Amino acid sequence: MPNDPNERPTLPMSTTLNMAPPLVREQSSAASVLAGVPARLSIQNLDFYYGANRALKSVDLDLPDRKVTAMIGPSGCGKSTLLRVLNRMYDLYPGQRAEGRVMLDGENILDPGLDLNQLRSRVGMVFQKPTPFPMSIYDNIAFGVKLHERLSKSAMDERVEWSLSRAALWGEVKDRLASSATGLSGGQQQRLCIARTIAVRPEVILLDEPTSALDPISTLKVEELIDELKQDFTIAIVTHNMQQAARCADQVAFFYMGEMVEVAAAAQMFTAPKQKRTQDYITGRFG
Amino acid sequence: MSATLTITRDRRVAEMLSRRRQRSNAVVKTLCLIATLIGLAFLVSILLTLVLRGAGAIALSTFTHVTKAPGSGGGLLNAIIGSLIQTVVGTAIGTPIGLLAGTYLAEYASGSRLGDVIRFVSDILLSAPSILIGLFVYQLMVAPAGGFSGIAGCVALAVIVIPIVVRTTEDMLRLIPVSLREAAVALGAPKWKSITLICYRAARDGIATGVLLAVARIAGETAPLLFTSLGNLNWSLDLTQPMSSLPVTIYQYAGSAFDDWVQLAWAGALIITMGVLAINVVARLVLRPRS
Repeated sequence: MPNDPNERPTLPMSTTLNMAPPLVREQSSAASVLAGVPARLSIQNLDFYYGANRALKSVDLDLPDRKVTAMIGPSGCGKSTLLRVLNRMYDLYPGQRAEGRVMLDGENILDPGLDLNQLRSRVGMVFQKPTPFPMSIYDNIAFGVKLHERLSKSAMDERVEWSLSRAALWGEVKDRLASSATGLSGGQQQRLCIARTIAVRPEVILLDEPTSALDPISTLKVEELIDELKQDFTIAIVTHNMQQAARCADQVAFFYMGEMVEVAAAAQMFTAPKQKRTQDYITGRFG
Repeated sequence: MSATLTITRDRRVAEMLSRRRQRSNAVVKTLCLIATLIGLAFLVSILLTLVLRGAGAIALSTFTHVTKAPGSGGGLLNAIIGSLIQTVVGTAIGTPIGLLAGTYLAEYASGSRLGDVIRFVSDILLSAPSILIGLFVYQLMVAPAGGFSGIAGCVALAVIVIPIVVRTTEDMLRLIPVSLREAAVALGAPKWKSITLICYRAARDGIATGVLLAVARIAGETAPLLFTSLGNLNWSLDLTQPMSSLPVTIYQYAGSAFDDWVQLAWAGALIITMGVLAINVVARLVLRPRS
């Protein structure tokens, strides 16, 4: 795990499976822009096809360890597609395929022999619309954990509390863990989905427009949460909201028509983009 | 000048269109109401007759005595218990098969040729005359065994249950949003776990409703039982022997010349109806979403 165990005293470390090997730095693709931060996940020369349609073109991008990378760009530019490559979600759909390399801890996750369920326990994903499972709040969290670990009842209780606390939801739901998750508000549901994802303790968390279905206050809470979570997790967030990218991200990548046009530190991206297309997009001239 | 004219004309058109919409709305509303009333009138008439005639015919002995020769009293105990057994066993056989087949169609066979064929055959079975199903099971089980049996009746009812459960299971599973499945998969759940732990749960109410529909349907089926469990005037719980059932007893008694038999047929009809009603009410209470 990328985390410092001292930061999460409530998590029983004895239950840690899935210990990540020490960071293996792949050959730099020169796509990382945060000096001194090693890449947790490295996308190299990635092409993606929906049937014959090439949706991603030779994308190179590093996700720096325990930093937030925002992916911006107009609709249809390929940013969500890229996200769905990183946990092989596209594998659900025949006709979709990726070419290139995506290195996670020295292992190419596009390898056909890879255990997808294990990969998804290492690369978690939160979707645009909250997707609580039709079961209790507690069981929503326990569902993912049980897929990968055998925990005692007390260890599971601790894990549920830990993940809900990390998702800033514990205080609101601790007295009704047994009630249905579908009764929560939209913002609470989305934080529950985040809690569910981190309960599995992935290395990387993918957020696909996680606040676009939420009201401003819930959005603020989720954004604060992202800032908090990057202490432990490497985060990639797709967003249409430029202010959100500026607020949350350390590194921003701009996509256009399937190409990654530019990647830069957030501050630089929004003040002095190098490419004209980037500038046009972030100043609202198209998209 | 011309601009003013245009605006005036537009408003007139809008008012005319609006009036026309309101007229057609009123007409359609009235037609719907009339259709509803016609439908309800039949239903109320049937239920009212049933309650008036049946309630008077029901006595304690209806539930405590087995069927007897005309003129010597008797009740429907063997028919009630026989119906219960055959309905429960038929549902127990048909539901898992229907559930799994429906799951296959919804989750594994979408777009496949085999899936299309199975769906087509299942839909035909859904609307097949139930007497054909009775004859089919007669050939399959009764003729080779050399005699009518309760279990043959159960199987015939199960054959009726299967396509109903297949259809509702498939429909309900297809209603589950892709996002829910993707959410389960994104946590590292294999497909079968996301189906059994997430999709079944999300579709639970719909699938249960389908099963209950099937129960209600077979509880009143007569034709498939005529060729399989036949009916039995004596007390028997032996599934290898002919077994009594309410619908068959009603069929035999209602057409008889004996007044007390006809009375028992009314009682039986009311019992079935109330039983099915009770199933529905209980199901609604149990399946009501917890708030």
